[in-house]
Amino acid sequence: MNMIVCIKQVIDPEAPPSSFKIDPSANKVVPPQGVSPVIDPYAEYGVEAALKIKDAKGGKITAISLGTNQSRDIVKKPLAMGADELVLLEDEAFDGGDSYSTAYALAMAIKKIGEYDIIFCGREASDWNAGQVGSGISEILGLPGVTLARKIDITDGKARVERVTDEGYEVIEVSLPCLITVSNEIGEPRYPTIKGIMAAKKKEPIIWKPADIGVEASKIGAAGRHTKLLKLFQPVRGGKCEIIEGESPEEAAANLALKLREDKVL
Amino acid sequence: MAEYKGVMILGEAKEGKLATIATELLSGGRKLADDLGQELSALLIGSGISGLAKEAIAFGADKAYVVDDPLLQDYQTDSFVFVTEKVVKQVMPQILLLGQTSIGRDLAPRLAFRLNTAASLGCLELAIDPQSKLLLQTKPVYGGNAQAVFTCPSFPQIATVRAKAMTPLEPDQSRKGEVITVDAALDPSAIRTKVLEKVAEKVEGIKLEDAGVVVSGGRGIGSAEGFKQLEELAKVLKGAVGATRPPCDNGWMPAGAQIGLTGKIVAPDLYIAVALSGSSQHMSGCSGSKTIVAINKDPEANIFREARFGIVGDWKKTLPAFTDKLKELLAQ
Repeated sequence: MNMIVCIKQVIDPEAPPSSFKIDPSANKVVPPQGVSPVIDPYAEYGVEAALKIKDAKGGKITAISLGTNQSRDIVKKPLAMGADELVLLEDEAFDGGDSYSTAYALAMAIKKIGEYDIIFCGREASDWNAGQVGSGISEILGLPGVTLARKIDITDGKARVERVTDEGYEVIEVSLPCLITVSNEIGEPRYPTIKGIMAAKKKEPIIWKPADIGVEASKIGAAGRHTKLLKLFQPVRGGKCEIIEGESPEEAAANLALKLREDKVL
Repeated sequence: MAEYKGVMILGEAKEGKLATIATELLSGGRKLADDLGQELSALLIGSGISGLAKEAIAFGADKAYVVDDPLLQDYQTDSFVFVTEKVVKQVMPQILLLGQTSIGRDLAPRLAFRLNTAASLGCLELAIDPQSKLLLQTKPVYGGNAQAVFTCPSFPQIATVRAKAMTPLEPDQSRKGEVITVDAALDPSAIRTKVLEKVAEKVEGIKLEDAGVVVSGGRGIGSAEGFKQLEELAKVLKGAVGATRPPCDNGWMPAGAQIGLTGKIVAPDLYIAVALSGSSQHMSGCSGSKTIVAINKDPEANIFREARFGIVGDWKKTLPAFTDKLKELLAQ
C-alpha cells in the first residue's frame, strides 16, 4: 500500500489566545515570540490514519509539505512517527497561496511521486480553517474522495471509510486510488519513538522547486489564488461581567441563582 | 455570453422536511438577493423530495429547482457534484450558499474546483459589497482567534454558512413561486462510492443544538464523575451538557458533546460555563448564546470577558449549591 500524507507547518493552535497577534496593515498573523510552530494537528491525524494502515497491511508512507521557513525538526515529525519519506515543496513562489494554488501544487507533486493508493489530508488546517485542499487534490487528480473520516479499513483493494455526519456516521466504500480527509475522531496521533526520532534525524527530505513538478507559475502561490483576503481582524469582545459575591462559595452560588431569576434569565 | 444572476441555496432535507439550516440559508439568501435586486432560488436534491419546494417558497425562495431521483437517496460526492454542476450551469447564479454540514463541507469545495471558482467554508456573516457588488464572506480563522473577510472574483461565489448564523424567516404559506423540475440524468457508473450503512448516534435527553440551556464543562472538571454534577444541573434546567475539547479527548465526555470550532455550535438562551477557560476555539461554538454565566477559579480566565454573570471560585463548592438553589426557586 503506497500512501501519501499532506502535512503543513503552522503556528501552534494551542498557544494561549493572548499570544495571538495580527498585523492589520499587512492582513497577516504575527508569529508569536517564543512559541515554536507545530505540524498542523489535523494533518497529524492524517499521518496517524496512514500509520494504522501501515501497521495492519504494511506499505510506504510519503509525507509532503508546502511552505517556506519550514523547520526541519518540525516537518520531520511524520518520519519520527513512522513515515518513510518526506518531500518538501519549498520555494518563495509557493508563498501567499490559498486552497486553490496549494491544492494545485500538491496535486502536481503527487503526480510526480506517481505511485499511490491513498492520499491523506487533514479535514482542514488549524490556521486558515479552509477545509478545501483535500477535495481540491481529488478533483484535480480525478480521484474519488471521502471526507471527514474517523476509521478506515482496507479490504479487497477497496477502502471502507467511516465518515462523520451530522447525525452520527456513515460507512462508505470507495475504490483505490482515492483521497481521504481525516477528522479528529480517528484518535490521538501516536508519539514518535526514540528509534523513530533517531531515524528521522538521519533522513534527508527531498526538496522540490516549482520547475521540478512542472507547475505553471501563474497557478501557484499568490498568483494562483482564487480568493482575495480583504480583511483579517480579531473580533472585539466588549462584554462586562458582573461578578457575584457571597460570604461563602455556597452563598455566592445561591446569589447567582437568585440573580438569574431576578433578571428573568430563567 | 449569458450572465450570472441571482442567489441560490442548497436546501437539505431532514426527516421529509426542509432542514433548519436550509431555512436559515433562505433567510440569509433572501437578504442578499434583495440587496442585489435579484431572485432567490432553492436547489432541492434527493429522492422523494418534491414536496419541499412549497416549503422553500414559503421560507423566502422565488423559485425552487427540484432534482428528484432514486439515485439521489443518499448523499454521495459524485452524484451531488454532478447534479449541482448541471443546475448551476443551467441557472447561472452569482451566489451559491450551502450549510456548513457534512454535506455542504464535502460538496462546496469539490464543486468550486470543478467550476474553477472558489468557496469559503463556515461563514458567520455574508453581505454584498456596495461598490463591487461581490459577496463579502466573513469566517473564523486560526481556530477562532481571528476572522477573515474573503471575496471571490469568479462566479458563482460559493459559501457554506454555519448553523445559527442566520435566523429563519416566518414561513408565509401564501407566497407564490415557480417550481422547476430538472432531470438528474445520472449515470450510475459515474458514482465511485457506495454508502454501505448510515448510523444515527442516539443522544439521551435533549439534543445539544436544540437545548435552551447548555451546561458546559472544561478541563477543570477533572473526570467523568465530575460531569455527572453538570448533568444534574442540566436536568434541573431541562438543558443539555456540553464540553470543551480536553474532556472529550480524555474520554470524560463523548466526542459528540464537544462545543467549539471543531465541535458543535450552540446558541442557547443560557450557557453555563463551568471550569473552562474560554479559549477562542471553544467560544466560536457558543458565542451566539444569549446569556453566558461563568464559574471559574481563575479571575483572569478569558471566559469572564465573555460572560454576563460570573463566580470566581471552585466549582466543586459552588455548583452543588447553585443547583440546589435553582431547584428551590424553580419549584416555587
